[in-house]
Amino acid sequence: MNGPHDLGGQMGFGPVAPEKDEPYFHGEWEKRALGITLSCGAFGAWTIDESRHARENIPPAAYLSASYYEIWIRALEVLLERHGFVAADEIAAAKALTPSAEPKRVLTADMVPAVLAKGAPCDRPVDSAPRFVVGQTVRTKNFNPTGHTRLPRYARAKTGAIEAVQGAFVYPDDNAHGRGENPQWVYTVVFDGPEIWGEGSDPRLTVSIDAWESYLEPV
Amino acid sequence: MTGKHHDDDDHDHAHGHEENGHHAHGHDAHHDHHHDNHYSDMQARVRALETVLTQKGLIDPQALDAIVDTYETKIGPRNGAQVVAKAWTDKTFAEWLATDATAAIASLGFTGRQGEHMRAVFNTKETHNLVVCTLCSCYPWSVLGLPPVWYKAPAYRAKAVIDPRGVLQEFGVVLPEAQKIRVWDSTAELRYLVVPQRPAGTEGWSEEQLADLVTRDSMIGTGLARPTVEVAA
Repeated sequence: MNGPHDLGGQMGFGPVAPEKDEPYFHGEWEKRALGITLSCGAFGAWTIDESRHARENIPPAAYLSASYYEIWIRALEVLLERHGFVAADEIAAAKALTPSAEPKRVLTADMVPAVLAKGAPCDRPVDSAPRFVVGQTVRTKNFNPTGHTRLPRYARAKTGAIEAVQGAFVYPDDNAHGRGENPQWVYTVVFDGPEIWGEGSDPRLTVSIDAWESYLEPV
Repeated sequence: MTGKHHDDDDHDHAHGHEENGHHAHGHDAHHDHHHDNHYSDMQARVRALETVLTQKGLIDPQALDAIVDTYETKIGPRNGAQVVAKAWTDKTFAEWLATDATAAIASLGFTGRQGEHMRAVFNTKETHNLVVCTLCSCYPWSVLGLPPVWYKAPAYRAKAVIDPRGVLQEFGVVLPEAQKIRVWDSTAELRYLVVPQRPAGTEGWSEEQLADLVTRDSMIGTGLARPTVEVAA
């Protein structure tokens, strides 16, 4: 979707403003937000792709003025309600009022080191050979899907070169919507700056994205 | 609750920039009253969520503590600095890192969440590398820890792909005009670690000494490794 999250190339946000010696958390609630988000991810009720899509569905004005942990919490509330774990009135009351759906697992303290050390790899075997080869010229799709995609707007309908074949990975555009993992080959595609940004742009700039195979067409 | 949040949203719309500015600068003297309201609202909202989830037996508050402790004390840019220092001193390791970063990094004990599929990109005299996630906040947690606020905020995500030299200037880095710049937008599940150029005058330094030169920003590409004079001073 062309949501507020798709920020590449937008202007007017002011300085990047790095904070010197920035702490990991700016307040206790951010710590709890991290822990809650990861713990609820362990339920196994939704995928990272559904979770990303919930974040990009936050209305633009709210998304752009929220801190990232706030974005996490807003999206998490949506996911918890959608999957039957926590209803909005329970958060309002700060009290459990209704029975919950059954999670596949509950993350307990003893599980944390192993779960974090393992992560959640999302490469998958596929039967097909890669459609494109390193060095090949490709064009990215021109589309505006209303669902989740990882092809940013600035890189649509652009001509670039396949730089690397990175393996086959879960396809987020399907997986975010419960249509299955449907893994596809992923390629690093590199574009010349002027191909993307046009006249007056930096000729010594190149930008790459990692693109699923169906985002690409041969030229 | 909903009504209250709506009010807060309105506040955010009007003061969005100030809000971001605050998050970028942390707890400082510019804390304003409105912001305190918003801040404590998030605190209440998250506390309510934790309470409900705990009452339902869906989360273990001690697991939350363990997660926070992991990312506050165990996993951070020191991991990545060790990877870079080893690559600077050990040619075989550097080649391994270039061809199979996930395995090379795992050999030093750094694995796991948001580091499952690693790629290392090497700065050279000809090309400087910069990493961004324009679509969300993808970041190599296993080697750099949790991302800083600015990495996840709109200004960086918007500007890094279109004006990376301008971004670098904000970080006090001016590249030679002839040096090319390559921006890696982390749009899939690969996570990128920049290997900065080894500073001059570090011949014979140990990996441990070298790791002190490797800053978090130098591994994102918004900085360079610290020059030796800075370390001596």
